Amino acid sequence: MTLAMDEAPGMPLNRAMLKSARRRERRILSGLALPALVLVACILLIPFAWLAWLSLFDAAGNLSAQNYARLLRPAYVGSFLTTFKVAGLVTALCVVFGYPVAYLLSQLSARAAQILLVFVILPFWTSVLVRTYAWLVLLQRNGVINDWLLSMGVIGEPLALVHNLTGTIIGMVHVMLPFLILPLYASMKAIDPVLLRAAANCGASPSQAFRQVFLPLSMPGLASGIALTFVLCLGFYLTPALLGGGRVAMWSTQIADAVSKFSNWGAASALSVALLVVTAVVLWGVRRLTDALSFSAGKP
Amino acid sequence: MRSGRVNLREVHKAYGSFRALDGVSLDIKAGEFLTLLGPSGSGKTTLLNVIAGFERPDLGSLLVDDVEFITRPPHKRDLGMVFQNYALFPHMDVFSNVAYPLKLRKVDKPSIRRRVMDALEIVHMQHLADRRITALSGGQRQRVALARAFVFEPRLLLMDEPLSALDKNLREHMQIELKRLHKQLGMTTIYVTHDQQEALTMSDRIAVLDKGRIVQLDVPATVYDRPNCKFVAGFMGETRFLPVERRDQSYVLDGRPLRLADTRAVSSTGETWLMVRPERLRWQGDASSDNRIEGRVLDVVYRGDCNQVSVSLPGGHEVAIRHSGAERQPLPQPGDTLALWLPAEASLVIGSAAP
Amino acid sequence: MLNTPATSTQVTHGQRLWLYATVALVMAFLVIPCILVIPMSFSDSQYLEFPPRSLSLRWYEAFFTSTEWIQSAVVSLKVAGLTTVLATVLGMLASYGLYKATSVFTPITRGLLMLPMMIPLIFVAIGVFFVYARFGLNNTITGLVLAHTTLAIPFVMIAVGNGLKSFDPNLERAARSLGASPVTAFLTVTLPQIRISVFSGMLFAFVTSFDEVVVSLFVSSGANSTLTKRMFANIRDQVDPTVAAISSMLVALSIVVLIAAQFVKRKDA
Repeated sequence: MTLAMDEAPGMPLNRAMLKSARRRERRILSGLALPALVLVACILLIPFAWLAWLSLFDAAGNLSAQNYARLLRPAYVGSFLTTFKVAGLVTALCVVFGYPVAYLLSQLSARAAQILLVFVILPFWTSVLVRTYAWLVLLQRNGVINDWLLSMGVIGEPLALVHNLTGTIIGMVHVMLPFLILPLYASMKAIDPVLLRAAANCGASPSQAFRQVFLPLSMPGLASGIALTFVLCLGFYLTPALLGGGRVAMWSTQIADAVSKFSNWGAASALSVALLVVTAVVLWGVRRLTDALSFSAGKP
Repeated sequence: MRSGRVNLREVHKAYGSFRALDGVSLDIKAGEFLTLLGPSGSGKTTLLNVIAGFERPDLGSLLVDDVEFITRPPHKRDLGMVFQNYALFPHMDVFSNVAYPLKLRKVDKPSIRRRVMDALEIVHMQHLADRRITALSGGQRQRVALARAFVFEPRLLLMDEPLSALDKNLREHMQIELKRLHKQLGMTTIYVTHDQQEALTMSDRIAVLDKGRIVQLDVPATVYDRPNCKFVAGFMGETRFLPVERRDQSYVLDGRPLRLADTRAVSSTGETWLMVRPERLRWQGDASSDNRIEGRVLDVVYRGDCNQVSVSLPGGHEVAIRHSGAERQPLPQPGDTLALWLPAEASLVIGSAAP
Repeated sequence: MLNTPATSTQVTHGQRLWLYATVALVMAFLVIPCILVIPMSFSDSQYLEFPPRSLSLRWYEAFFTSTEWIQSAVVSLKVAGLTTVLATVLGMLASYGLYKATSVFTPITRGLLMLPMMIPLIFVAIGVFFVYARFGLNNTITGLVLAHTTLAIPFVMIAVGNGLKSFDPNLERAARSLGASPVTAFLTVTLPQIRISVFSGMLFAFVTSFDEVVVSLFVSSGANSTLTKRMFANIRDQVDPTVAAISSMLVALSIVVLIAAQFVKRKDA
């Protein structure tokens, strides 16, 4: 604030002064996010740009599409297919098991829901590594599950439940379920129960009310839950690596192997870029779908 | 000279293409109780926020005691503010809330204690100094918010619809109490409300806002009895409008020239109306000095203190009159024809814009 | 009881038995693996059984007497502690800045800062590994903390953002009008009001770092191996019951955290 301004108040109506004050304020506010942005840039964006750049060159340092052409080899194509199969299967199982849980939680009193939610949140808070280890112990050849099934006479000899696709899927469903249930529960909670009463009042049977009112209104929440689960599955490393026992080649394990076993950065970076692109496309597609599914009543 | 004079000049604020404030100029005298009255979206809260420093206008000047305040940050403006939802700090008790501005000003402990207790005494809350905020009723919160706003003796007291969350009885009680408090403290007070009754009860002057502009600024009686345009007339009280024709220097209603005591409020162009309020209509009158309005009774609604009689006029217009039982006149029935009288001094012709 | 209506559309509890049964099964599926490790970790034998035939503390002893295990636990705690501090400060500043700002860049900034949560960890791991190799940050505490902080920032921002969403902005305005500078107003009014959210953001940051495996696999080794890295290697190569003991302690820790969180929430309400 200048002295001249105080002496001749309001003459140019302070246009310049107000403008610079506004700009200063904006600078300070955006400055608050700057340290975090710099960190994300250094840890995420620069490596991504670097790897994307790297993927464009062959081993001799010449510009080529060699790294991407390699992705079409049967081994890689197979791992893509496995990845999508696993992600799709896990997501489907999560929907089948998760939807009833979220539905029941949303219908209970706040207190009862609070207690039951602990069963969902406890695994959520427990390290994925610990849970994967637990499944390994439970599912292995002489593990608890096989012991019980044998002693009950259900099976004659131990089932191969681990170090294969079965084990991978069981473990992944366990990891992913909370990611589907929690957002779905939150969106179901936002559905006004009066709407169901209104449907009943119009003559809908309970199952009609559920199918014609509740189900459509829960769709946006379900779609975003599915998207989250599917995308997390696409890039998931830990559980396939441990419960798959090296026999389930997924996208993520291929990337890890390319780096740690073969030091093949060209292949690893091409795979990563492809994975990121697919992830982005899925997220974008689902966003479009969710927008199309949302009803104004479902939004705040 | 007392401090707390405010001079606003040409304050503009736009959000995109919406003009929240469209060149507001306003002079507020030291010690005055001035109310910014208007419907929601009229710009009254934006204007208060400009004065408080929470909104930065695009253009304009704000002088407080002849010092430019327009870019000064809120904490250096030295003004107390009472918010619509009180904005009391829930993590502090009553005493700490009121002591907060004094602590920031590094007042010594014994003085803080004394001043906080004095302020609480003024608002009759000294016995609840160590209550938690969540344990207070709405009216009590209101008093604490008030004490917190004036305890540091600011130059200006700003209030943003402070009574709107209270129920009707408490609100009316608090109106009187606020008015008394203003007299006692003598601080310049700028009060925002959309409730015309509240504005009329409390203010020294009222500024009526519409679409980001001040359309009328005057003492309550003038704003109510002599509104300068149709908007103000419609906003204040239960007003009906009857279109009148302009003929040279006089006005004609239904072929009869109107008897008017004063025609200052009319602009020279545009449509004109006769303003009719239920409490100004008479059951009896004198054809030589009053205006006669004839119509058919539409319905009679019982309202406790009176019956409200709606009367339909030729041309699809409608006026209402109150029947309290004190007049020498039986309560009319729907369908009756009725002649009502509007005395000349209560007859006002207005235009759509201020003259 | 079974004939009383369960919902507003008059479905009785009896008609919904199948729903209760499904949910009970899913809940059992979710919780039993987490809990079952605990009794099994007290097993006396090399093979983990349930119920264990004889009880012992030998696997806990194996953990606490191994310098390697203890060393990596210390590394993990150190990294998680530093990550918590850094991520909370950076995440809170960013969240508050985005909350106050009304710029066209706000959504894109928020999107960029949320990115680490959405990108596959394996990608972050190899990217960081690649870049750290150029700057000598592989196998250092600094490198781990920086990577983990990036991963934890979105969680802090979500938690703090939720707190700010339910925070009454008039409280901060009131403080400003009463004479508080922006910083004072934040510290004396805003922060106390959102402290529960900040606390849960800190918790998230700690857990994100402490439980993180994939990035640690690539950028930590030797003396600076994290606990999870050592556990991973152990699980992959042999099923060592020591890991069961560690897992049990981690599960017990998450139960304690969960109870503490509930307690804080209740006290706040």
